Amino acid sequence: MSSSVPRLALTGITKRFPGVLANDQVSFSVGPGEIHALLGENGAGKSTLVKMIYGIMQPDAGTIRWNGEPVTIANPKAARKLGIGMVFQHFSLFEAMTVLENIALGMDATIPQRELEAKIREVMQHYGLKLEPRRIVSTLSVGERQRIEIVRALLLNPNLLIMDEPTSVLTPQEVDQLFVVLRKLAAEGCSILYISHKLHEIKALCENATILRGGKLVDTCDPRVETSRSMAEKMIGGNLKDIQRQPGAEFGKPRLEVSGLSVATTDHFGTSLKDISLTVRAGEIFGIAGVAGNGQNELLLALSGEVPTDSADAVRVDGVKVGRMAARDRRGSGLATVPEERNGHAAVPDFTLSDNAVLTARDRLGMVKGGLIDARAARTYAGEVIASFAVKATGPGAFAGSLSGGNLQKFIMGREILQKPTVLVVSQPTWGVDAGAAAAIHQALVDLAASGSAIVVISQDLDELLALCDTLAVINGGHLSPPMKVAEANIEDIGLLMGGIHGQTTAAEVAAAEGHIHAPQA
Amino acid sequence: MSPDFVIAAIMTVVGLTTPILLAALGELVVEKSGVLNLGVEGMMLIGAISGFAVTVFTFNPWLGVIGAAAGGALASLLFAVLVLGLNSNQVATGLALAIFGTGLSSLIGLSFTGRIVPVFGSIFPDALARHPYLKVIFGYSPIVYFALLMVPAVAWFLHRTRAGLILRAVGENDHSAHSIGYSVVKVRLAAILFGGAMAGIGGAYFSMVITPMWAERMTAGRGWIALALVVFAGWRTGRLLLGAYFFGILMALELYAKAAGFSFLPSPFWAAMPYLMTVVALTFISARESAGANAPACLGKPFLPST
Repeated sequence: MSSSVPRLALTGITKRFPGVLANDQVSFSVGPGEIHALLGENGAGKSTLVKMIYGIMQPDAGTIRWNGEPVTIANPKAARKLGIGMVFQHFSLFEAMTVLENIALGMDATIPQRELEAKIREVMQHYGLKLEPRRIVSTLSVGERQRIEIVRALLLNPNLLIMDEPTSVLTPQEVDQLFVVLRKLAAEGCSILYISHKLHEIKALCENATILRGGKLVDTCDPRVETSRSMAEKMIGGNLKDIQRQPGAEFGKPRLEVSGLSVATTDHFGTSLKDISLTVRAGEIFGIAGVAGNGQNELLLALSGEVPTDSADAVRVDGVKVGRMAARDRRGSGLATVPEERNGHAAVPDFTLSDNAVLTARDRLGMVKGGLIDARAARTYAGEVIASFAVKATGPGAFAGSLSGGNLQKFIMGREILQKPTVLVVSQPTWGVDAGAAAAIHQALVDLAASGSAIVVISQDLDELLALCDTLAVINGGHLSPPMKVAEANIEDIGLLMGGIHGQTTAAEVAAAEGHIHAPQA
Repeated sequence: MSPDFVIAAIMTVVGLTTPILLAALGELVVEKSGVLNLGVEGMMLIGAISGFAVTVFTFNPWLGVIGAAAGGALASLLFAVLVLGLNSNQVATGLALAIFGTGLSSLIGLSFTGRIVPVFGSIFPDALARHPYLKVIFGYSPIVYFALLMVPAVAWFLHRTRAGLILRAVGENDHSAHSIGYSVVKVRLAAILFGGAMAGIGGAYFSMVITPMWAERMTAGRGWIALALVVFAGWRTGRLLLGAYFFGILMALELYAKAAGFSFLPSPFWAAMPYLMTVVALTFISARESAGANAPACLGKPFLPST
C-alpha cells in the first residue's frame, strides 16, 4: 500500500463552460490510503473537478493519471471500473424503491437479488453500518439514505472514494459514525477525496487539503496544523470577518411569545409539538438546537402559520394574538419566516427573483396595487436584496432555480431581513452555504437583532448557534428544553438534551460534540 | 339467458378489451419511464391503417401486425424526437400526435376504403376454435392471446428484470439515474417506441380483426380510454388487466343493452358509459391521496441534465 506512485494524479486540468472557466490548470494528487480534502467556496470549481474524475464530464485539457497510467474516464461506469466510487451531496436515490433496488441500480453487473442482499449485509457488518435492505427509501432518515450511497460505493471495493459534502445534512452523531467508517476505509488502503465546507471536520479527518478559488488551485495545506480560520481565509482569499456585536446591548420588551403550543402532526413520520413555550425579546437571538426530525419542521410551520394552531393565544407578536392567523396575516403582524427547504418552499425555482420577492414582501412593501403587481417596485426591491447581500445572479430577472444553493439562500434571507420584520424565524439559515456567505448571513441576523427585532434560529449546526445566539434551547421529541444563556451554557448538558430519548449519546459522542464546539469558528 | 348468448357476450367483451389492453400496457411502460404520451389515439389509428395496408399488399395478416407495430412505433418516434431531442412539452406534443395520427391515417386510408383483407386463421385446431362452448377459450384471434401474454410479460419485465428496474428508476428520478450513469434518453426512447408499437397493434385489432376493413377514426376514442386506464390501474399491471375488462364490459353493454333488456336507458347512454366511467373513476382516484404513490415521480417532466 505504501507505493510512491499516487493513486490519482491530475495535471493541468482545465474545463471551460460558456462564459466561465470552471477549472484552470488544476494539478494535485492523492496517495493510496490518503484522506484528501478539496476545499473552496461555492462556485470555486470543486464539483466540476470531481465530476471529471468520476467521468460525468470530460476535461478540455490536462491529464488524469490513475496509479501512474494516463486514463480517459469516459463515463461514471468507466470510473467505477477503475475503482472510483462517489457519494453525492444530493443523493441519487429513488424514493419509491427499496434500499436493495437502489443499490442494485448502482451496480454495473447484474447480481441476483439474494446474493446482493448477502453482500450488502456483509459490507454493513464490516463497517458497522446499520440499514434494512427491504425498506422503502422514502421512509428513511437522511443519515440512513446516505448510508445507502456509501454501501453502494463500498460494494464496488473502491480504491478511491469521492465524498461531496457528505456531512451537510447529518447530525453530529451521524458525522462521527461516518468518520469511523472513512478512517477504517483509509486504513485498508482506500484513498478518499473529501469535499466539505465544515473546516473543523476537515481538520479532524484529512491529512492534506487542496484549496480552490475561482477555478484555480490557490494553496495546499495540512489541515491538522492549520486552524479552521486560516483555511477559511485561504478559501475566500481575504480576512474572515468576525461577527460584530454591540457590546453590552440590553434586550428590550418581549416581541415573540409562544405559550403552551401543542400541534399534533398529521404526517406519519412527523413529530407532534408538545406544550412549547418560549419568549424572545427585542434584540435577542434565540437558538433552537436539536437532532433533525425532533419537531423543528413542525415548529417552523406552526410559527409561520402554515399549520394553524388551536389557540390564538399560543403565539403572540408584540402582544397581538396571531395563533389562529394564516401565514399572510402573520406576516402582516410582522412575523416573517424562512423555512429550511429553499427550492419549492422558501422560493419558487421557476419564478424570477423579483417574482419571488413579491411572494413574501408584497404586503409589507406595498408591491400590489389595486390587485396588480407593481413590477417596478418588485424589481427594485429584488435588486436591493441582490446588491446588499452580494447575491451572484444576473439580476432581478434571473430564475431562482438558476442560482446556486448558497446564493439563493442569501437572496431568501435578504428578502426577509430587508423587510425589517418584528420577529424573524429562520430554519437552517446557512445550510450548504460557504464560509464567506455564512458569515454575511450571520452578520445580517445580528444587525437585524441590534435594530430591535426578535430572532429565532432553528439549526442542527451547534457551532452556528453558539456563535450566533444569545439564548439557546434544545428541541427533542417535540419538547423544548428550558432556555439557557449561551454564555453560561454547558456543552455536556446540551449534548445530553440533544441525545434525549434517542438514548444514543455516549460519553464519546459528548466528547466529540465538545470537540466541535472548541474548534475555532469558520 | 341462453349459453349461446353468454358465450357470445364474453367473446364480445374479450374482443372489445383487447385493443385498450394492448395500448394501455404500452402506455404503462412509457409512463413508468417518466414520459406522458397522450398521442395513443393517433398511434392506434396509424397502426390500424399500417397494419391494414401491409396486409392488403402481402395478403399476410402476420406481416400486417408487424407493419402495425412498426407504424405505431414510427409515429411514436416522431413524438420521441420532439420531447426527448427538443424537450418539447409532452402534453402538447402528445395531443398534437393524437390529432396528427387521426389526420394522417385518414389521408392514407383514402385509397384503402372498401378494400378487404384476409383475416387471421385460428392458431388452434378447428375442433377447439369452432367448438360451440370451447371457442370461448380457443376461438380468438392470435392478437388476443398476445395481449393476454403481454400482461405477465410486462409485469415480469418491470419488476423482475434489471432493464425494468432501470426503466422505473429513470421514471422515478431521471437526474439520479443520469448521475449513476444510465442514459435517460435511450431508456425513454425505447419505452416510447414500445408504447407506439403496442398502440399500433391495438389499433390494428380494429382494422384487421373486428371489422376487418378500414374506416376513418375507427378506434373511436379507445386511445383515450387506454390513457385513463393506466391512471385507473394506478400504474399496476394486474389492475390494468382488471380495469381493461371493466371497460370492456361497459362497452359491451352498449351492444347488448337492448338484448339483455336494459331498455330503461336509451342506447346512446350506454355508448357514453365507458367515457362517463372514466371521468368518475379518475375523480375518485385522484381524491384518494395514496393513489399517486405508485405514479412515476418524473411523469411528464422533460429531462434537462444540469451542467
